[in-house]
Amino acid sequence: MATVEPHRVRAGRGVELWLLVLALALAVGAYALVGLGTSDEVPADVLGYGAGLAALALGLHVVLRWRAPYADPVILPVTIALNGIGLAMIYRIDIAYEGAGKDHGFAGRQLLWTTISVVLAAAVLICLRDHRTLRRYTYTAMVVGLVLLGLPLLPVLGTSINGARIWVNVGSVGMQPAEFAKLALAVFFAGYLVTHRDTLALAGPRFAGLQLPRARDLGPILVVWAGSIAVLVFERDLGTSLLLFGLFVAMLYLATERVSWVVIGLAMFVGGAVVASSVFSHVGARFDAWLHAMDPEIFDRMYGGSGQLVRGLFGMASGGLFGTGWGQGRPDLVTYAESDFIVPSLGEELGLTGLLAILMLYVVLTQRGMRAAIGVRDGFGKLLAGGLAFVVAWQCFVVVGGVTRLIPLTGLTTPFLAYGGSSLLANWIIVALLLRVSDDARRPAPAARGVRADEPLPGEVPDDDAPVPTRVPAAAAAQGASAGAEPDDEHPTERIGGLS
Amino acid sequence: MNTPLRRVATVMLVMFLALMGSATWVQFVQAPGLNADSRNVRTLYREFGNARGPIVVAGGAVARSVKVDDSFGYQREYTDGELYSAVTGFYSVVHGSSQLERAANDQLTGRGDQLFFSRLRDLVTGRKPEGAAVETTLVEAAQRAAFEGLGDQQGAVVAIEPATGRILAMVSTPGFDPNALATHDVSAANEAYAQLAEADGNPLRSNATLETYPPGSTFKLVTAAAALESGEYDASSTLPAPVRLDLPQTSATIGNFGGGGCGANPITLADALRVSCNTAFAQLGMDLGDDALREQAQRFGFDDASLTIPMAVAASRFPAEANAPQTAQSAIGQFDVAATPLQMAMVSAGIANDGKVMRPYVVERVRAANLSVVSQTEPEVLSTAVSPGTAAQLTDMMVDVVANGSGTSAQIPGVQVAGKTGTAQTSADAAPHAWFTAFAPADDPQVAVAVLVEHGGSAGSEATGGRVAAPIARAVIQAVLAS
Repeated sequence: MATVEPHRVRAGRGVELWLLVLALALAVGAYALVGLGTSDEVPADVLGYGAGLAALALGLHVVLRWRAPYADPVILPVTIALNGIGLAMIYRIDIAYEGAGKDHGFAGRQLLWTTISVVLAAAVLICLRDHRTLRRYTYTAMVVGLVLLGLPLLPVLGTSINGARIWVNVGSVGMQPAEFAKLALAVFFAGYLVTHRDTLALAGPRFAGLQLPRARDLGPILVVWAGSIAVLVFERDLGTSLLLFGLFVAMLYLATERVSWVVIGLAMFVGGAVVASSVFSHVGARFDAWLHAMDPEIFDRMYGGSGQLVRGLFGMASGGLFGTGWGQGRPDLVTYAESDFIVPSLGEELGLTGLLAILMLYVVLTQRGMRAAIGVRDGFGKLLAGGLAFVVAWQCFVVVGGVTRLIPLTGLTTPFLAYGGSSLLANWIIVALLLRVSDDARRPAPAARGVRADEPLPGEVPDDDAPVPTRVPAAAAAQGASAGAEPDDEHPTERIGGLS
Repeated sequence: MNTPLRRVATVMLVMFLALMGSATWVQFVQAPGLNADSRNVRTLYREFGNARGPIVVAGGAVARSVKVDDSFGYQREYTDGELYSAVTGFYSVVHGSSQLERAANDQLTGRGDQLFFSRLRDLVTGRKPEGAAVETTLVEAAQRAAFEGLGDQQGAVVAIEPATGRILAMVSTPGFDPNALATHDVSAANEAYAQLAEADGNPLRSNATLETYPPGSTFKLVTAAAALESGEYDASSTLPAPVRLDLPQTSATIGNFGGGGCGANPITLADALRVSCNTAFAQLGMDLGDDALREQAQRFGFDDASLTIPMAVAASRFPAEANAPQTAQSAIGQFDVAATPLQMAMVSAGIANDGKVMRPYVVERVRAANLSVVSQTEPEVLSTAVSPGTAAQLTDMMVDVVANGSGTSAQIPGVQVAGKTGTAQTSADAAPHAWFTAFAPADDPQVAVAVLVEHGGSAGSEATGGRVAAPIARAVIQAVLAS
């Protein structure tokens, strides 16, 4: 009979506060440096800007103390840092656009979207008391996801920009529903796969060493595959299609632990993409522009040329190891410097060093997400957090890989950095969900959970150094003894909190 | 489910490592190539957007970058642009750069290896990198004397300090105004460039260093040097000096300037040089042989394509193979012999410097933006052309040229000038090039100079080196000695 050792649990809110101060210093410092770099003076509103950003960050911090006291203390500061770097860069590009007489004012809108996103993230944390609630909406999420994917195809709502029909206009606000679709589909995959993981993994014929799934298990999966190929075909959006399919394959693998799924998934996608690239000229052009980017003919090609990509490479090259410094490069020479090409913009002004640091922030963020997935006890939470963490990493890979010519260029936003309301909103919700799951994962369970009342009273929220209560009921202790085994996913015995 | 989660987490890490690798590939490995790509306007913008260092003559900037409010940030400005155009060259958004602006680009932009620490400091302090100042060896008064001496005539002047190789003056006419090419108004720059490219006398190319001309009788210094170096001749050795010299293997003959004799026949080597006797030197050349002449010419710097000052210099040449009549013509600086004005100045400077030719240079030192000296050019012996004894005999003979011979118009009261005239035939219907090369004072040489006036300049077919070119050399020598 194992006994529960009294041990210290660090909720980490204190650590988080200090990290937030660092992240805010980074964000506000970047903003001030942009001013210094472009006009030799610190922007007049730097204090107001800093105060606003601090209010958002600290507000979310307080919400975490209240509603998710055990949430991972690193996720929020890293996100604030990335969002702050993005804001500073967009502000910097705004200045260049203004000087060149181009459209500008992106920074203000991005700040507005940051505010909305953080408030919404807080709302998610407040309302969604337990991530398992989402499992109830498995099929709703699938429908929502597919509808969101299809929205741009609607005649009035959808608009085509640069050949890709991925935008929806609601009033004066343009949205990229695909950003939210990835969220909905992650919820769907998590809910669906956790239910069907055993049948998917074990049932069905074996062929050439691969465990093939049964046809009826395959149905919903084929629907989603068809959906993402449809995105590629009808919306000409290679990026979203690749993103969704990556998410899909990764979550299938997480659920079934079968490499065969990855093989089948990749084969399906590559097959679809090859057919698409031969049938649809724009996909083939992407490959041309990737493989022969420096070719003068392709560089100068009006549509589907590599000019934008290569100009981005020029920018990164001129940044070199240490960059030109905030506000001292010419990122505005690349089209969409503030959105799709914000990574080359950052590479130019912050250099390789800065870019590697930013990539490290993503590594930390996504690995902390995976950490939450590993720590959480229910299968749905594992799949959800794993899928969400993966989709952030995957999106980074597709975007940054695209602009650095590692893979063909696709139009996707860099999470948190790039200009764009939908992207910011969706990714902040992802962060909120990861925080929610990590709270569950890091809660001093099962012992503490056993004694927990409906609501943790403020006095019960452990301080960073407070020992966990050692008074453990027998039932909870018994559960603790079997902590090595995963709890039964199918029949959660614990209370499931609802949307309050 | 933790095992696949860990594996996927590892895959994610690998994905980010791949991204870091590709970012490094672009920003570090491929960066030099991408930066050098002609389609990369950023490199141009950055160069123009940084303070390019000035080109300095005697403490004053003759080329500098001033801050302007356009997309480039800085505008290159030239003071006395035409006067210094052969040295500074131009720096243009659309047409690239030439001469020092090109040759010293690394220093002027601050990118040179020598400026590594100053770049590092800029990086740490966050200052915009500033280019280094390139200080030239030019003497303003000498430059002006040469420029004004040439006036409207096409030609070139090069003056060298014999003991060091410092270039004291370097002028090419017609010059051009680099400001017209440096303008950021692209169409204006294009128009100016098109005009200059088609203008008479090719103003964009420096006559002093990039064009070669038949050196005419100034080459007799090389022939005389070869004779003295052979050990079989001295200043008083006698040479046959007929009115016309029949060339073997051909019906051609060589005559003297003006068609007459040389005053004596036979004539001493010293007198032959003094009166610039063609027939005596042509025979001497044949007697010495083309190998001896070529070797002597090369020891003065002919046939060296690698010379930079730091701008590239066209190689002066002595024909690789020559039969007897060709050798006879070569010995008096005709046939295929061709020399830059800089080369002929190097011949005089070598004789003046006891036979040692110093490597010519125009950059005295490079100073970083904080005024610290980044590099200083040290004088260097390029070659030993003749022995000190030969140099001394040649000096005496050249003094005689100016005192009593064809170069009397280079005389300066109180200063012993050593010189040699040249009048080089080009084609039958064009006036000859007028040459003069000299150094002074003969006993303590401070300056060696070569003057070329194309096609006789304003004197036309009446021109001789002594009449047209020598006065310019005299003015330059006086300017150097007075400064």
